[in-house]
Amino acid sequence: MDYRPEVTGRLTELWEGRETGILKDSPEIYNRYRTEAFSEFLRLGIPDRKNEAYKYTNLEKSFGHRYEQYFSPKPGDFREAERFHCEVEDLDVWNMVLLNGFFPRGDEGLAMLPGGIWVGSMKAAARQFPSLVEKHYNKYAQNENDGLVPLNTALATDGLFLYAPKNTVNTKPIQIVNLLHSTQDIFAQDRNLVVVEDGAQMSLLVCDHAISPQHYLTNTVTEVYVGRNARFEIIRVQNQHNDSGKITHTFIHQERDSFASSNNITLHGGLVRNATWHRLNGENAETHSYGLFLADKHQHIANFVKVDHAAPNCNSTQLFKGVLDENASGAFNGRIMVHKDAQKTNAFQSSNSIIMSDTARMDTKPQLEIYADDVKCSHGATVGQLDENALFYLRSRGIDAREAKLMLMFGFAHDVIKNIPIEALRERIDNLVLQRLRGELSRCASCAIQCN
Amino acid sequence: MQTEFLIQIKDLKASIDNKEILKGLNLEVKPGEIHAIMGPNGSGKSTLANVLTGREIATVTAGTVTFEGKNLLEMSPEERAREGIFLSFQYPIEIPGVSMVNFMKTAINEQRKHRGLEPLSASEFLRQMREKKELVEIDSALTNRSVNEGFSGGEKKKNEIFQMAMLEPRLALLDETDSGLDIDALRIVANGVNKIRRPDTSVIVITHYQRLLDYIVPDYVHVLYDGRIVRSGGPELALTLEERGYDWIKKEADVSEETWTTDQK
Ligand SMILES: Nc1ncnc2c1ncn2[C@@H]1O[C@H](COP(=O)(O)OP(=O)(O)O)[C@@H](O)[C@H]1O
Ligand SMILES: [Mg+2]
Repeated sequence: MDYRPEVTGRLTELWEGRETGILKDSPEIYNRYRTEAFSEFLRLGIPDRKNEAYKYTNLEKSFGHRYEQYFSPKPGDFREAERFHCEVEDLDVWNMVLLNGFFPRGDEGLAMLPGGIWVGSMKAAARQFPSLVEKHYNKYAQNENDGLVPLNTALATDGLFLYAPKNTVNTKPIQIVNLLHSTQDIFAQDRNLVVVEDGAQMSLLVCDHAISPQHYLTNTVTEVYVGRNARFEIIRVQNQHNDSGKITHTFIHQERDSFASSNNITLHGGLVRNATWHRLNGENAETHSYGLFLADKHQHIANFVKVDHAAPNCNSTQLFKGVLDENASGAFNGRIMVHKDAQKTNAFQSSNSIIMSDTARMDTKPQLEIYADDVKCSHGATVGQLDENALFYLRSRGIDAREAKLMLMFGFAHDVIKNIPIEALRERIDNLVLQRLRGELSRCASCAIQCN
Repeated sequence: MQTEFLIQIKDLKASIDNKEILKGLNLEVKPGEIHAIMGPNGSGKSTLANVLTGREIATVTAGTVTFEGKNLLEMSPEERAREGIFLSFQYPIEIPGVSMVNFMKTAINEQRKHRGLEPLSASEFLRQMREKKELVEIDSALTNRSVNEGFSGGEKKKNEIFQMAMLEPRLALLDETDSGLDIDALRIVANGVNKIRRPDTSVIVITHYQRLLDYIVPDYVHVLYDGRIVRSGGPELALTLEERGYDWIKKEADVSEETWTTDQK
């Protein structure tokens, strides 16, 4: 039976109570899009497997669950977030903690980091930089493809705002620790906006942690504008638990001569789907999409990537790897679209997975749409076991079979990890991945909180 | 019971996909001896190396292999390595993402654990790496890379001997270590082997050319043909083979096989 009408009904109830709910303390800049977005959501619905982009991903377990609380945290919940502190020793970052996608000190206004980057809540951003927000908000997110994006546009109330004005450079990476904590099962939606203006640089690390055992579902939309000659890096570390669902949609819009990279490291999570959209909107821009996941039990990890080459002379890479064990399943859907005028495009895509059990499963689907004639595009996908010859080579030097397998899996994963641009983090992730591959509980040692 | 042999191979038979490749092979090697095994392509030389190191491409169907008095065929590949068997691969494997340093550190420490020794300290390990790299004149940058990844043919062979130097085996099997090497590289590799060898280290050199044997001088030379050792002799046998090729050996062997099968009837 289709579970969706009931869920849509529940969401519609929320929508109908908007006058006293969502709309009440939300700025008009955000409210103006809500009505149209909600009807778009009703038109598209919660994606099912008839949707090409969700062909291998079943959302029922996450969306069909009856959550006790929707969208907004209670004030009392924030105390937990304030107690949190990150223990990564060598990770030199500006650190901020969000709770279920929300800024604990929501209405306190934006803060400026040394170097000139603004950070704070979306609500505060609408007050402090109304014309900037107006210029960028909801301009890059695609509300017409996937029902979960307009659902977010219609009903998300707050989230993170980051703004690097022209030529500002963040002196240290910004780390956002997004805690999922609640005494109830919750469905949270956060909406984020990142603006990196011409010549500016920003490096952003987002760590997702579920710190209490409740059921969670998060539907996150993040819009990123990368101006001319600007640079933006985002690294996501997802370490949640088997009853948590995490859906992200990240839209990265790049102007000429810009650089962007996205790195999704999924260590744990019941259902994770990361959609990363890259739009190369100006000449000579470069973009990289990386992903690594480790999955076991009944976890499902999906990566969806779309790289839109809308201008000539741009380069893009997609490199995704996964290790699947037990009954885990994974999906990779990578699209490259080269528009008619995007001559001299270089686009590369690769997806490789290792299957450790007879019951694990991986589906990959590359899609190339090329309308220009002078382009270099390549794609390749492998799904397989560990290389027996390599395994024997290691064993023939006295390394036992278990350790040799670990080394090979680690080597496989490191190929993605090595692209993480922050050294201390790279080492940390190497470590976490090793721990995870060894079957030791991968609680993020860095975060001092036990999640399992 | 102590045996005077380091390794003793008796009537060894092995098949690949039900096709018999080794057809009753006998070989005994004492500590410190160098044996060369020569023979035309496809005669089973690499298969012998695989069987001795535990690679499961071939299945042993008969015979015994005793190494320092222990049943070698019962051991896993890693146990054999820890007992002191080392194979320099004919085709070394590339392993992306596994660094040479991590690989060697793990290998050495597993071996030390087996011998009841503490892991090497980081500084001692690096000192040994440096020293052994010089021995085979391997480019320092190579050991900072992933195992064999992007190495040239010659570099891969040098890397095998470098690993041999690090692991200090009791018995080294060199499977066509000379192939793909120019004369300078050949000399470096061969001299490397000679420097690594302690008086009681035994070596089985598999090759079908004589030129490596100018540097690593064997005590015995055996000719492997069609899964059997059909002739054994001293170093002069290698020279004869160099001059006369393998055809006369093949003919002789095929004739004696015929006689033998006729006798059976
Ligand atoms: N992996 C394999 N699968 C099937 N046959 C093999 C394999 N390896 C070797 N053989 C066969 O075994 C025989 C001996 O091969 P090999 O031991 O490699 O010979 P050599 O090293 O003396 O050239 C050959 O006939 C070869 O075709
Ligand atoms: Mg061979």
